[in-house]
Amino acid sequence: MNIRRRLLTVVSLFAVGTVAVVLWAPTVGSTSISLSRAFDPAIPWEENVDAQIFFVARLPRVLSGAIVGASLAAAGVVLQAMLRNPLATPFTLGVSSGGALGAMLAIAFGLDVGLLGVSSIPIASFGGSLLAMGIVYWLASSQKRGLSTNVLLLAGVTLNSFFSALILFVQYMADFTESFRTIRWLMGDLDVGSYSPILAALPFIVAAFGVFAILPRTLNLLTLGEDVAAGRGVEVVRAQRLAFLSASLATGAAVSLGGPIGFIGIIVPHLVRLMVGSDHRLVLPAAALFGAAFTVLCDLTARTIMAPLELPVGIITALIGGPFFLWLLVKKS
Amino acid sequence: MLSADHVSFRYAADGPLVVDDVTLRLADGALVGILGPNGSGKTTLLRLLSGTRRPSAGQVLLGGQPLDRMSRRDVARRIAVVPQETELAFEYSAIEIVLMGRHPHLGVFTVEGPDDIRIAREALTATGTADLADRPFHELSGGEKQRVVIAAALAQSAGLLLLDEPTASLDLGYQLEVSSLLQRLNQQQGVTMAISTHDLNLAASICQELILMRDGRVLATGPTNEVLTPENLQRLYDVEADVHIHGDTGHMTVVPVRRVAR
Repeated sequence: MNIRRRLLTVVSLFAVGTVAVVLWAPTVGSTSISLSRAFDPAIPWEENVDAQIFFVARLPRVLSGAIVGASLAAAGVVLQAMLRNPLATPFTLGVSSGGALGAMLAIAFGLDVGLLGVSSIPIASFGGSLLAMGIVYWLASSQKRGLSTNVLLLAGVTLNSFFSALILFVQYMADFTESFRTIRWLMGDLDVGSYSPILAALPFIVAAFGVFAILPRTLNLLTLGEDVAAGRGVEVVRAQRLAFLSASLATGAAVSLGGPIGFIGIIVPHLVRLMVGSDHRLVLPAAALFGAAFTVLCDLTARTIMAPLELPVGIITALIGGPFFLWLLVKKS
Repeated sequence: MLSADHVSFRYAADGPLVVDDVTLRLADGALVGILGPNGSGKTTLLRLLSGTRRPSAGQVLLGGQPLDRMSRRDVARRIAVVPQETELAFEYSAIEIVLMGRHPHLGVFTVEGPDDIRIAREALTATGTADLADRPFHELSGGEKQRVVIAAALAQSAGLLLLDEPTASLDLGYQLEVSSLLQRLNQQQGVTMAISTHDLNLAASICQELILMRDGRVLATGPTNEVLTPENLQRLYDVEADVHIHGDTGHMTVVPVRRVAR
């Protein structure tokens, strides 16, 4: 029994699969391109149409899909462990509805101005996420002793419906075009157009993953209950704070980049647990990698299945993910 | 040595004292039973002794050092806790649960090495659960679960074990098995233990000393044969009881007779 070797093997396998998907996905589309030609340094950039399509037209979208998928899947894993609830999602604690409200307001009030190549909509969305995160955190820690996961859950769920009502209100008051744009935003869209939005979101996501990296064994213990974890040497409140803040940060950044794409944060962690067990040192990196590949493939399907019509990726994640997940559940039992 | 010095505790600032001015001493190698009716503060006292809760007043000292000035990790290397019940939110195998006992001995990015695995296997063997190592924890019976949880605490390599009603959910056979396991660990491996329990006969058979608690206060404390008297039991539980010496085993046995008014 060599635990280190098992960790390395599993994570490498997932990594290889994900890299393959990320390299292959940009070659598929209305114009087929060749991967070897796109990466051929002998051909000058101006003449290399394949490389231009690969790097300029398609790779940003694929990368944003990978980043959003990895963030949502990893945030789902962290929150499920921290709340000891397999049904928790990155959207359970109200962060995404805060993000959605921010984006809705930016769209409805026509605040669609660029800032260093990044539209104000993702910035407003990220601001809304941070606001929601702050409110939920403040409510949950206002009790004397540490962070209450019960209050966290209840406050998150309540905030979700409260913000949803505000979103509906904003949509109702907006005119027809804006209203359609807001609805389209809620369905998720990974077509970011350039690398700038990705680069803007990346620092927050890297920071969140930096925290994720130190959490896994602690998460294992938290799933056994707070008292057991404390007895095994976990600083429980500190760990819960880190888990909540990092998962919320990753979710907020992911939502600002691709919209609230549903289902990734719950289906991917469960699929991965079916494959590798419950040790979070395996589940967390594997879910991040699998989430990246899964989202890129869903987005690929979304832009090709009814080409030239592009479907919103959020529809595909649920349409593919739902039945597949149910099939796996039935097959397993 | 673990000791509590005039320790009091309340869960809420305006709540009642759950532990009220408790002073006690747990000498190295001791096997101490904590008895008391429901709500007498036994579980809370164990939480204070393990440092997972901070006293509202007074101090818990481990080897002369205040527990609340030590990191959780340092405490967990010296004190292990066996909770009343362990409920998993996700599926783990028995060996995975036991290996989690190694947590305080591992760095943030350290992975369990051969030594950790050996210690975990030994803990499983010591609790008679070696053949359950790869079974999913949630499929085990109550007695098997309890023994695996004790193994996880043993894998923590702490010299001190605090157990909260370790036999509460077990049938007669497992009660005997777990109690003799605890006695063996105490006598052969020198593990110091404090056990809260409602099982007076278990306490009488394995504990050298008893602490009787009621309403958060210590009612009596001392060697088992001196403390376990009908008078003390009546003060403790409002129950009239007979105490006998059992012929074969030489243990004291308690037979409850009737409930009396306080």
